[in-house]
Amino acid sequence: MKKLSFTNGVFLGGLLFLYLPMLILIIYSFNSSRLVTVWAGWSTKWYLALLEDDQILGAIWMSLRIAFYSSTMAVVLGTMAAFVMTRFNKFRGRTLFSGMITAPLVMPDVIIGLSLLLLFVGMAQGFGWPAERGMLTIWIAHVTFSAAYATVVISSRLREVDRSVEEAAMDLGATPFKTFFIITVPAIAPALAAGWLLSFTLSLDDLVISSFVAGPGATTLPMVVFSSVRLGVSPKINALATLIIMAVSLAAFVTWYVLRRAEKRRLQQLRTDMEEVVEVPAYRPQPVINPVKQRKQRVGSQEKEEVPESVT
Amino acid sequence: MSAFVQRLSGSLGRRTLIGIPFLWLLLFFLIPFAIVLKISFAEMQISIPPYSSVVEYADESLNIVLNLGNYLFLLDDDLYAAAYLSSIQIALNATLMALLLGYPMAYAMARAPAHMQTTLLLLILLPSWTSFLIRIYAWMGLLSNKGLINNALISLGVITDPIPMMNTNFAVYIGMVYAYLPFVILPIYANLIKHDQSLLEAAADLGCPPWKAFLTITLPLSKAGILAGFMLMFIPAVGEFVIPELLGGPDTLMIGKVLWQEFFNNRDWPVAASLAMVMLLLLIIPIMIFHRQQAKELEAA
Repeated sequence: MKKLSFTNGVFLGGLLFLYLPMLILIIYSFNSSRLVTVWAGWSTKWYLALLEDDQILGAIWMSLRIAFYSSTMAVVLGTMAAFVMTRFNKFRGRTLFSGMITAPLVMPDVIIGLSLLLLFVGMAQGFGWPAERGMLTIWIAHVTFSAAYATVVISSRLREVDRSVEEAAMDLGATPFKTFFIITVPAIAPALAAGWLLSFTLSLDDLVISSFVAGPGATTLPMVVFSSVRLGVSPKINALATLIIMAVSLAAFVTWYVLRRAEKRRLQQLRTDMEEVVEVPAYRPQPVINPVKQRKQRVGSQEKEEVPESVT
Repeated sequence: MSAFVQRLSGSLGRRTLIGIPFLWLLLFFLIPFAIVLKISFAEMQISIPPYSSVVEYADESLNIVLNLGNYLFLLDDDLYAAAYLSSIQIALNATLMALLLGYPMAYAMARAPAHMQTTLLLLILLPSWTSFLIRIYAWMGLLSNKGLINNALISLGVITDPIPMMNTNFAVYIGMVYAYLPFVILPIYANLIKHDQSLLEAAADLGCPPWKAFLTITLPLSKAGILAGFMLMFIPAVGEFVIPELLGGPDTLMIGKVLWQEFFNNRDWPVAASLAMVMLLLLIIPIMIFHRQQAKELEAA
């Protein structure tokens, strides 16, 4: 058996550190005792209690709606910003523009929340809009910070898109607008999906910014969870946490499956392409024990080595 | 004619494309800071909104009243200076711990077989997609005096009295490393997979031991990744509210928590605004370093 290297050992330890607390939370969500740390047998009663809690259900619905609308808008803004960042090298205010995209990535939540609240209060005082704080103000706040994340995800893909296809379409008479939707959007579709999902989870997750900009009418799920958790551990929240972890794991599994299939198809394609180009002779002397495995690794990691070196 | 129309629409399209995200960010990200600055010079009042106006126009005269009281108040009370210092210290220590754990993890991922890397990456990212609040909450049940860790240690006979872990700085460190670990691993991993392996092979051929090759080649080359991971965790951790609130104790002094209390409990908006301004001032240099690095990444074609 292969010896476990130091880094692999740390990696496994780190994974345990990341997953054990969540695993224990899941197990204890089925605990029938009200005292959360004492085990008293299996039960699903906290899940049933969750279903009867109108406040939590209402907050889930509110959070899902805000997350859906804000991630959609964040992807629209993020695509525009990513296009500007990767395609327009010079315009007035470019430094300011890129600064306003990277700063929200690290800006502490309390600062963003307080500053947006003071803006909304000032605007309401100045010209009466927004008249009351609620879903709309939370939506604006979430769009603003998640658009920055969407921009980073989308621009990293946009940079790799082969621009000659876009230019060919324009040369053949397509308008920039049409070219964008027919050529560019399909090419960056995975990044658009990734940016949307990231924005969605960021919006669902936000507690601090929402707490600042929400009015009395709008309560999101993290706000309900926080006010309950502050008082201590509660079995109902364990059940809710388990459901959230399950939902995210399911979504991640689907993503993993799709990515893996795409990757396999890409490798297959690359291999057949290479074999056509290189025309590997059938009886070439092979110094390595497992040439197929080696070539596969080379294809996966270093694409620039397209032609295998001649064996001397 | 048609070329003219195309140029016109091209420049119009270009302007709209730049204009919409630009105006959005200007209005909802940059201008709010100017308003925070303004309110930080106001005075607290019992009114709606609960602060005095800084700029007033009456009897044909423009009155600008800059009340420095909030800033003097922050200087006067040692609590605030202590809160800033301890926030920076806690964030710094937690980030260094996360780097010590995250770097070997990123290294193991980058050296794993190519077909496994997507799976490993998703395994690292998965926890960060579940709720932040839930992940911090998970530790509350583990660390408390009647929590699982203490119960397990007592039943094993290792200790007789529970070790107080909950509501201490120790719990805050655990929570921070736990919550931010993926953000530290990701940039380091992205950097490590770009390295040219032939450098290490050359070093090995010339008789360099692996640890020395790591110290003289891999580590210096991954500086940019380490810096990005550091900034991605350190800057938001300084202003962290949820972790010190839920896991920390009364002694855990962090500025995000102080700001929250000034705003929500004391309803003193001007003091909260000046606290935010000073925090921004402290963080502006790290943010600019992070920005310069990110801009390079964003623009590198």
